[in-house]
Amino acid sequence: MDDAVAVVLFVAVTTYAVFGGADFGAGFWDLVAGGAARGAGPRALVDHAIGPVWEANHVWLIFALVVLWTAFPEAFASITLTAFVPLMLVALGIVLRGASFAFRKSLFRTSQRRAFGAIFAFSSVLVPYGMGAVAGAIASGRVPAGGEAGDPWSSWINPTSVVGGVLAVTVGAYLAAVYLISDARRLADDAMVDYFRRRAIAAAIIAGPVALLGIVVLRSDARYLFDGLASRALPLVLLSSLCGIGSLVLLLRRSPRGARLLAMGAVASIIWAWGVAQWPYILPTSLKVAAAAAPQATLITVLVVFGVATVVILPSLGLLYFLDQRSLLPAEGLDALPPSRGSASLP
Amino acid sequence: MTALPLPPGGSMLAVDPVPWARGQMAFTLASHIILVPLGVSWACMTLVANWRAIRRGDDDALLLAQRWSKYMAVTFAVGAVTGTVLTFEFGLLWPRFMGTWGAAFGIPFSVEGLFFFLEAIFIAIYIYGWKRLRPWPHFWTGVPIVVAGIGGTLSVVAANAWMNEPAGFTLNKAGEVVDVDPLKVIFNDAWPYEASHMLVAAYLVGGFMIASVYAVAMLRGRRGHYHRLGFLIPFTIAAIATPVQMVVGDTLARWVYANEPTKFAAIELVPESDSDVPETLLGRLDSEGQVSGGIAIPGLASWLSDPSTGTSTVIQGLDSFPADERPTTAEVNTVHLAWDVMVGLGTLLFLLSVWYGLTWIVRRDMPRSKLFLRAASGAGVAAVLAMEAGWTVTEVGRQPWIVRGHMRVEDAATTNGGVWVMFIAVVAIYLALATTVVLVLRTMSRRFRQQDGLVDTDSPYGPREVSAERAQEAEHISG
Repeated sequence: MDDAVAVVLFVAVTTYAVFGGADFGAGFWDLVAGGAARGAGPRALVDHAIGPVWEANHVWLIFALVVLWTAFPEAFASITLTAFVPLMLVALGIVLRGASFAFRKSLFRTSQRRAFGAIFAFSSVLVPYGMGAVAGAIASGRVPAGGEAGDPWSSWINPTSVVGGVLAVTVGAYLAAVYLISDARRLADDAMVDYFRRRAIAAAIIAGPVALLGIVVLRSDARYLFDGLASRALPLVLLSSLCGIGSLVLLLRRSPRGARLLAMGAVASIIWAWGVAQWPYILPTSLKVAAAAAPQATLITVLVVFGVATVVILPSLGLLYFLDQRSLLPAEGLDALPPSRGSASLP
Repeated sequence: MTALPLPPGGSMLAVDPVPWARGQMAFTLASHIILVPLGVSWACMTLVANWRAIRRGDDDALLLAQRWSKYMAVTFAVGAVTGTVLTFEFGLLWPRFMGTWGAAFGIPFSVEGLFFFLEAIFIAIYIYGWKRLRPWPHFWTGVPIVVAGIGGTLSVVAANAWMNEPAGFTLNKAGEVVDVDPLKVIFNDAWPYEASHMLVAAYLVGGFMIASVYAVAMLRGRRGHYHRLGFLIPFTIAAIATPVQMVVGDTLARWVYANEPTKFAAIELVPESDSDVPETLLGRLDSEGQVSGGIAIPGLASWLSDPSTGTSTVIQGLDSFPADERPTTAEVNTVHLAWDVMVGLGTLLFLLSVWYGLTWIVRRDMPRSKLFLRAASGAGVAAVLAMEAGWTVTEVGRQPWIVRGHMRVEDAATTNGGVWVMFIAVVAIYLALATTVVLVLRTMSRRFRQQDGLVDTDSPYGPREVSAERAQEAEHISG
């Protein structure tokens, strides 16, 4: 039972990484898109691409947090006590990013758009870094059991956390660039297809080695995790590498649709590798999943809720993505009344 | 629980976290709750306008619905992220509360997660779907937003009601939750009263908030069909919700009388158990713990608590509880003042609703007088204040408990000495956020007026033929 809920938790984390992570990655490309004139094209595409979906993608984070505190309350207390500083930065960064994105779309003066765009882009990098650092704190065993606080600074300023943070930012950027190629193709914007194809290739070339280098860092800094990755999680690590290389090949051969699926696979399998590697611990190596789990009835409730989610939420999400991919969700509202209906019923 | 090791040279940074954690939770909740009514009820009002637009071919209603949905995009985004902050704060500020009670307290939130998902998905489809979806399918994509708003409210309030009336768990000797009955957690005894009170409040406050904007526009002379609709739809919903809220609130108060006697003693300012307790308007407890000042209406508090026994109804006073298991004098005064503010403003809003309803019954039209519009333009702020006051009553009235009878607030808080830094950052960011939200909404509104050819904010509502042409011109330019 507790295993099943841990799987649900990891499904939520993975989905958030694959979809929400890309929304943050889009913010990264926004950040490095250059001045107002040069960056107008990519920024417009980023706005267009993440506008309708980022809030729905964001809910996976809420869902993961709720599952964590409901099903594994002791682990949640330990994590929030230990990683107070990075989680605070993440929370504030999420506020700044979401709000400034919404504001930027609603404003029309270049100076205002630039100011909020800068906040949006900066926080889009801060938040995944912070989340990656917290993941590093957990994975490297720096969060103690028992609802106790670990070290407030070295728990998230350490080699594993740096790897986690950098990896989260680069992987998000990589996913975003790959997705944005498809979005640009849908809009028949060849210049942007090429723009993001080049960036996706660059991001893939950086993210792959960062991930492999990270595993080397873990060898000295997070031994339990390293041993897991080198043994029971090894197939997933290899799968992730193969997916990553495959997506790079497809990018080079200009086949973005396949590249998108393989990119998702690469990210999902590395996250699962993390989960499998630290099994059976939720906080390696002090708290096991089974020991951290809430009473049976609570776990059943979480599973039932997840079951309802797969029946109700997944089709709804599917509808959202379907309409979005079919370009049926082009803009907020209408610019004005359709001319044909102009003043038909006005007094 | 040991105190945190401090960063080198950082002992100056460590401050008792409890008051800061309290202050931050109060501040962020008080901010978020202003957006809640908009998130819950605005979609419903938008759908009313949308329905009218399709059924009657009313282009003004269409324009109104799609503009409202654009505003909603901003307020929903800000509501989503300020709600996320609350999610983080449960852990960052109250880790020991979550560690101990998460297995029970988390259950309503896992249900709420479903509704939040539905809301986020369909609000995106609805807001972005205007151009390319067909009218009726597009309308129907808005309906799940309304359902999710209602469901989300009911589940979040279930969590709060559980803190007031904890149920559905078994503790072992060490005080750990070892068994949970999820249904008893969600459907705790306080839930039906609190949840219905907040749900009606969401429609009441959201309605008055939106209507007050159009009341101001009408006072400035913009009295065309568009602005009338913008006023009538939300105001009618609010005016229906207000009398309902009087009944719901009264029922809830009587439930509090029977089940949360310390909170009730604070509400009614009752230092000693007694019958024939007067209803004290304003007034406060002095340092001796006696009622001073205010206007006392003899016997009314007793009579309202249980009309069947009338003024002989005994109300338990604060003295029937140990001093460390009831609110402090300062907290009692806060609760009582907040109660007076809520009931006072609620009564004024009720009178305003009656005025509107009677005029409508007699004349089939809204009141035309400037006085009515002036009152209506203040109703939004009044309704928000009443809601904040009501929330203050339920939260401060529960003190010193976070889980009533089981865990005190100071035992729930983080041990992290740096909470004050986060508090200051949060206040700064939220103030900037609030200012920007208002500015952005005003910028949008000004731009919409420019599209209508109403550039000068104080000019009377111009001839519509001209403005419609201008709107078309604007569209040709922008499109």
